[in-house]
Amino acid sequence: MIEKTDVIIIGAGPVGLFAIFELGLLNISCHVIDNLDRPGGQCAELYPEKPIYDIPSRVTITGQELTDDLLAQAKPFNPVYHLNQQVEKIVKLESNEWLVETSLNKTLQANCIVIAAGAGSFVPRKIPIKNIEDLEGKQILYAVRNKKILEGKNLLIAGGGDSALDWTNELAKIANVTLMHRRKDFRAAPDSVSKMLELEKEKKINFLLGQIHNIEKLNNDKINVEVKNKEEFKSVEVDYLLPFFGLKMELGPIANWGLNLEENLIKVDTKKFETSVPSIFAIGDINTYPGKLKLILSGFHEAALMAQECFKYCFPDKKNVFRYTTSSKELQKKLNVL
Amino acid sequence: MKIKVTDRDGNKHELEGDTSSTLMEIIRDASLDIEAACGGCCACATCHVYIDKKWLNKINTMDDDEESMLDQAFDVKDTSRLSCQINLTEDLDGIELELAPE
Repeated sequence: MIEKTDVIIIGAGPVGLFAIFELGLLNISCHVIDNLDRPGGQCAELYPEKPIYDIPSRVTITGQELTDDLLAQAKPFNPVYHLNQQVEKIVKLESNEWLVETSLNKTLQANCIVIAAGAGSFVPRKIPIKNIEDLEGKQILYAVRNKKILEGKNLLIAGGGDSALDWTNELAKIANVTLMHRRKDFRAAPDSVSKMLELEKEKKINFLLGQIHNIEKLNNDKINVEVKNKEEFKSVEVDYLLPFFGLKMELGPIANWGLNLEENLIKVDTKKFETSVPSIFAIGDINTYPGKLKLILSGFHEAALMAQECFKYCFPDKKNVFRYTTSSKELQKKLNVL
Repeated sequence: MKIKVTDRDGNKHELEGDTSSTLMEIIRDASLDIEAACGGCCACATCHVYIDKKWLNKINTMDDDEESMLDQAFDVKDTSRLSCQINLTEDLDGIELELAPE
């Protein structure tokens, strides 16, 4: 089934969320796609608790508060969020509309695409050891998609955050788990940490102090993980290694859409914030132009100008009358404040 | 003030630093290969460096936030620091460091 809308926004960070608002004021409806499991982008994922001091009129606001307020501001326009998925493919139709396919096999159709993807999409951080690509997705798993294959196996889970601890506690029920971390302090939620320590005490899991130094494939489909702790080395033979070292950002499939790029950033003009491909726009940290500053407030400005141009694609026969929310009854109706 | 950086290929770079910057900012603005994804708010561990031992005790000490963020880095050593958390001071003129693997 194809879901139709006016504009597809890629990225639910602060700038993508504000774009919903600016487009909404012009009667343009949006679907928003994001790879994370909730809106907010870097603000919610990397620094939800850290204060931001350069949002106009907000003396101080945390990443999570900013996200919550932007979500509330966008809500009257009923955006549809497609989370936990990435855009895999875009196709231009004869009608000049775009067909967008996501990694969860959703198909969306729209007049314009707005890329507000920040530094790209969040993906698990990979181990920086050369020549282990063949093992990734086989013996080295950065995410658990199918618990069944791990039943009764020897697992080495590496990391000290929530993912590492949650999976240790969960997989201890079905597999032989060793948790490895560089110190015996964990930044994971206190509850998960106490549960893990209890499992260790009951000898239901093993804890190993150390870091991954090298990985070798063995002949029996297992791998040998060389573990380094200070200056001591130790070999651990396991069926699977599950490294959880947080997330990093990658441009991903966007790099292959034929847009003019400059050092992995998308070139736009500063009048419309349109890319080299008509009806594809780029706003926020992902774009570049002379004088670009990677600030949230710059992204907000870019969203407003982009919306003006999207209007022409969405309603080619209509005149766009510029209005203020302070005086326009029509805008106030849309915002549900009348 | 001088900052002496060894990159991941072993090449040495001498950068000009100033006391109003963090170490990460100087490395990033010299276009060396450091991601510094979060922009310097100690939220990502992609500006991980190894500080030459003889300079370690001249640097502001590591707080819990930084120690805990280093959990996301690879091959963490006793000399590991996140360069965004190091404020440059006159004492650090000539500091030597190496970019960690990424």
